[in-house]
Amino acid sequence: MKKFGLFLKENKLFTFLCILVLILIAVAMLAPWISPNDPFKSNMANSLQGRSSKFPLGTDNLGRCVFSRLLYGGQNSLKMTFSLVILVFVIGTAVGTTAGYLGGVIDNIIMRFSDIFLAFPGIIFAIAIAGVLGPSSTNTVIALIVVNWVKYARVSRSLVMSVREKDYIKLARMGGARKYQLILKYVVPNIIPSLIVMATMDIGTMMLEISSLSFLGLGPQPPTPEWGYMLNEGRSYMQTSPGLMVYPGIAIFITVMVFNLLGDSIRDILDPKKEY
Amino acid sequence: MKRLLYLIPVLFGITFLTFALTYFSPGDPAVMMLSATGQAPSPELVKKVREQLGLNTSFLVQYLHWITGVFTGNFGISYKYSKPVLDLILQALPATFKLAGVSMIMMILIALPLGIISALHKNKTLDYVIRVISFFGISMPGFWIGLLLMYVFSLKLKILPVMGDSGWTSIILPSVTLTVAMASKYTRQLRASILEEISQNYVIGARARGIKERYILLKHVLKCSLLSIITLLGLSLGSLLGGTAVVETIFSWPGVGKLAVEAIFTRDYPLIQGYVVWMTVIYVLINMVVDISYYILDPRIRLEKRA
Repeated sequence: MKKFGLFLKENKLFTFLCILVLILIAVAMLAPWISPNDPFKSNMANSLQGRSSKFPLGTDNLGRCVFSRLLYGGQNSLKMTFSLVILVFVIGTAVGTTAGYLGGVIDNIIMRFSDIFLAFPGIIFAIAIAGVLGPSSTNTVIALIVVNWVKYARVSRSLVMSVREKDYIKLARMGGARKYQLILKYVVPNIIPSLIVMATMDIGTMMLEISSLSFLGLGPQPPTPEWGYMLNEGRSYMQTSPGLMVYPGIAIFITVMVFNLLGDSIRDILDPKKEY
Repeated sequence: MKRLLYLIPVLFGITFLTFALTYFSPGDPAVMMLSATGQAPSPELVKKVREQLGLNTSFLVQYLHWITGVFTGNFGISYKYSKPVLDLILQALPATFKLAGVSMIMMILIALPLGIISALHKNKTLDYVIRVISFFGISMPGFWIGLLLMYVFSLKLKILPVMGDSGWTSIILPSVTLTVAMASKYTRQLRASILEEISQNYVIGARARGIKERYILLKHVLKCSLLSIITLLGLSLGSLLGGTAVVETIFSWPGVGKLAVEAIFTRDYPLIQGYVVWMTVIYVLINMVVDISYYILDPRIRLEKRA
């Protein structure tokens, strides 16, 4: 615990960013308690209002509180982003580790399979999958998993291949460790840190991908608030109330930026040799 | 040459996945086709259309039928437009190429000098400024940049057209939108790869011999990082193609991206299939050109092949 405190003290930027991330998550999770109004309650009499003490960021075309919708929307965006990153990480790593450790025919099949996935330009494939499966937040996440798992599979595979021939693995094998024991106890812990760095650096990008899909209308369906889709809704009222498309954009921008900075700082801490 | 042969299984995989995607999707294509053209899907009519489309055969037969069509340029008939998919795509492709081409040229013109300057002035004011700006660029959603630009230049200042393709000024906003994110990313990658090259031993050697820093950079470092510059360019073309779908939708640019997004909402499967196959083949071809350019540019690879 003391060591952890020292680590936080030494890496001030990292600590600061972690606090920011925690604040973002807390604000999103506490949305039901801190939002001033019901995000779903529409009141046509109040539509497209400016900022006021009752509606801190005004109201949208249906008279719903934009600020409350932003808070709830953040909850949805963050939930989708985290489930996407975690699932891509787990699936990609599992497939890559299996391929890298077993080698041979299985490795070959998995790699040829991943070549095909890599041949698609990512977002186009994702749009097609999400579109065909039908618009919903689950399908958006599924589409983006299909597009993104390959990268993790490739990287974890090459990491496993470099670890596989190390002496401690050979010793463990001689010691009679079973295959899955070997993989889970000796191989995986050694490749996880680099993959975690990669995943943290990807959070921002994945969030942007999710928001583009929902912007196109492929994400969560109305009336569920989501930042990307709020931008889409707001764009028709650009002339009269530009706030509707400015605020959700700022929300995405700030959140993505904080996660990108966090990714960069984790990389700097774990890999100080590389100059970026 | 080996790369070319290698393309065949990849192309088969792509078409297979694309076809499987729409085959296993919920909904009966016959019903969708009828409702897309505004006819009531009565049972007899559905049955007739199913037969017409060959939907009563097995998955593999249907795939083989479709794939032979694809190789002869027959992507089927769009449900919504009742026109051949190929014609629709070929009609819309030039607009997308125009947009992507202009954006790519702008991206190179902006990112290349900025990346080099940033690396050259590492950890100095200029580098920080470029890094901060490009960091903002990669953290902003592209469609938001597009909307903001539209608001400022079309609605407030009224100097640029809002939507569609009407004269040369209408390409400015969509291409700038695409360029911002791409150029920011590319600048950062360029800076990183140039810095990596600079830390190589030969650079230290050249420095020790008293060769001027600028000369080392322009004559040696840039030449050696050319390969990674081109690789990154190929990769960014992929995201450029993807980005066009969103940007075209915002600005109503009459390209394939807009066509495809509309096709998704009308569940126009042949059109979606055609779009995915076309875009992917274009992307694969770009990457092949990148590979071939390695061969031409890097003497090490050429010698390896000969030996």
